[in-house]
Amino acid sequence: MAEEIHVPAFREYPIIPAIVEGSMAHSKPYVAKPDHQQSVGYPGQLVDDWQNAAVKKLGELVSQSRALQVFLDSCVKCGACTDKCHYYLGTQDPLNMPVARQDLLRAVYRRYYTFAGKYFPKLVGAKDFTEEVRDQWYSYFHQCSQCRRCSVFCPYGIDTAEISMAGRDVLDAIGVGQKYSNEIIGKVHKVGNNLGLPEPALADTLEGLEEDIEDDTGVPVKVPLDVEGAEILLITPSADFFAEPHIDGLIGYAKVFHQAGISWTLSSFASEAANFSMFIGSHDNLKKVAMRIRQAALDLGVKRIVVGECGHAWRVAYSFWNTLIGPFDFLDPKYPAPQHICEVTYDLIQRGALKLDKEANDHRRITFHDSCNVARASRMGNIPGGQFIIPREIIKACANHFFDMAPETIHQNTFCCGGGGGLLTDDLMELRVKGALPRMEALAKVVNEYDVNTLVAICAICKTQFAKVLPYYKFQMDMITSLHQVVGDAIQLGTSH
Amino acid sequence: MTLTVVYAILFYIAAALFTIGVARKIVIYSKTPQPLKIPTTPAPITKAGVVWRMLKEVTVFESLFKSNKWIWIFGWMFHLGLFLVLARHLRFFLEPVPAVITLIQPFGKYAAFAMIAGLIGLWARRFFVDRVRYISSMSDHLMLLLLITIGISGALMTFGGVTLNTDVTSVKAFIMGLIFFDLQPLPDSTFLLIHLALVALLMIVFPISKLLHAPGVFFSPTRNQTDDVREHRHVAGWSAK
Repeated sequence: MAEEIHVPAFREYPIIPAIVEGSMAHSKPYVAKPDHQQSVGYPGQLVDDWQNAAVKKLGELVSQSRALQVFLDSCVKCGACTDKCHYYLGTQDPLNMPVARQDLLRAVYRRYYTFAGKYFPKLVGAKDFTEEVRDQWYSYFHQCSQCRRCSVFCPYGIDTAEISMAGRDVLDAIGVGQKYSNEIIGKVHKVGNNLGLPEPALADTLEGLEEDIEDDTGVPVKVPLDVEGAEILLITPSADFFAEPHIDGLIGYAKVFHQAGISWTLSSFASEAANFSMFIGSHDNLKKVAMRIRQAALDLGVKRIVVGECGHAWRVAYSFWNTLIGPFDFLDPKYPAPQHICEVTYDLIQRGALKLDKEANDHRRITFHDSCNVARASRMGNIPGGQFIIPREIIKACANHFFDMAPETIHQNTFCCGGGGGLLTDDLMELRVKGALPRMEALAKVVNEYDVNTLVAICAICKTQFAKVLPYYKFQMDMITSLHQVVGDAIQLGTSH
Repeated sequence: MTLTVVYAILFYIAAALFTIGVARKIVIYSKTPQPLKIPTTPAPITKAGVVWRMLKEVTVFESLFKSNKWIWIFGWMFHLGLFLVLARHLRFFLEPVPAVITLIQPFGKYAAFAMIAGLIGLWARRFFVDRVRYISSMSDHLMLLLLITIGISGALMTFGGVTLNTDVTSVKAFIMGLIFFDLQPLPDSTFLLIHLALVALLMIVFPISKLLHAPGVFFSPTRNQTDDVREHRHVAGWSAK
């Protein structure tokens, strides 16, 4: 399949492509097997009374969410969002326009729960929840990376992420879940991380990593696991333990803690920052996965919780943890709970606690990709927009050559990498390649203008996605770099501060 | 007189449906919990900041401005025009007419053109922009038709020359009569009858249509939540259990 993907050409001018109906109707991720479904508390296969069950579930979800109530009623079909989704821009499928994606769910909601939809369905575009509609839901709610770019531009702040989460939750409830997300959530429940990496394997990996760092630098930098009484519990995406370029980021965190003299630990019980339950809109799983982290923090008796480089994980941590697993009254009140690793590093740099050699990164000409969930669903630091300032200031403190991409493609306007929201799976490769188009176009500009050779990101999904799609657009795969690799390379170990 | 009674009944029904329907929706919006914090960030970190953000949204349509200048210019023309026209209409409902309402009469008068032009622009997009054509349903077209007809029938009474001019004193007497349950005859003018019937229809469909965006925007969590969840624990609905 990979060979057949038609990679869209860069647009010379930012024209909005014409619609091509049905162009992505064939895109569907693998359906979850019965054991994947059951491991996350859903029926194993399509339930007998699926139509009524779905309608009932949808009604429940709407009655429990002010966001859904307002979003489903308020859209005026003005069209402001129609050219804002990277999947629309890359695929031209009109059902990838945010409003059209919402309308897949809105049509059913209106049909069963509103006066106009019950009595004048044709007039308002209300539809029965038929098998055809169900298939469309499955296809197009899995073509939304829940990046919230549409919500920035909607005059009412309608967030398609909330809609696609609800849609997936309804599908799960009738037994039609997505294999990729549900299998992974099941692994977290069982083992503690997305990879299904058990404690001994994790301990082994970290030990090997310590040896590598010492071979490289001559300094015994530790990557501790399950250390009781450590100051900081680091919760990081499990991709940091093995994947490239993620692991170089983990080395960077270790170097930061080492030089700052802060005791820290990872947890084998909560060895995962990612929480894919958000992608499928499952409240129970969201809380259950997050609860492991509270448990680990209490068991290890740490004073602070710090989260590694991961976009949606930071959204869950920053925006949802206090609600779901708080209050954090057992942590040191001097620090925000939780804290992002970038906040920690930035504070240390401000205090002069890290000795950095910018020239160590002189071979890098760097640009920074704002990850959606960090940019539009969370914050760093104590001012709005700190999530844009802090990572860039860290890069500038560690490197001499930094160039931002075009303003309409960064900060709040950032384009998704194309693989977020539970879509980072090989069975959606065509979608991922096409959805990366707007980001790749912006990257091409800084590559041409400033000879940029390094794309820095602070999200495990972004890093994996870019490593995969960069070559499709004729870029070097190893352009993608962890922010804390840049930090780690600049840190002068051995010199004390 | 039959006509007067028919219109009186129509307006009582329309006013009741509008008031009850919108109030019901507002109660639903305010009573439905928002279990998680989901402001679109960067978001204000204080209540005052949220008020400022919302004020910008509902007065100058800040997000829409960022999004698409054509929709913004047409949409803003229409809404500002409608606001002035409605303010001008207050003279029919208030006795004595407050000075400020008297003062804005000329603005409200010509605002009708901005309103109609904005609506025509928005409607044109539904035909000429392929993406907007795709997402438009019959009700979206009919809503624009309704608003434009209301606007034109109203403007014709003001700008249509002596033959179309309406006896505004009688219209006011009719409206005040409705308010105080003391029925007064409605002038028998074609455009007035069209105008009033369509306004009543608009009031009736308001609570069951996309016009709910008017109260809805104030309840939109992505716009009205403060970004302070690390400092203040937020729980509501299922997240409070």
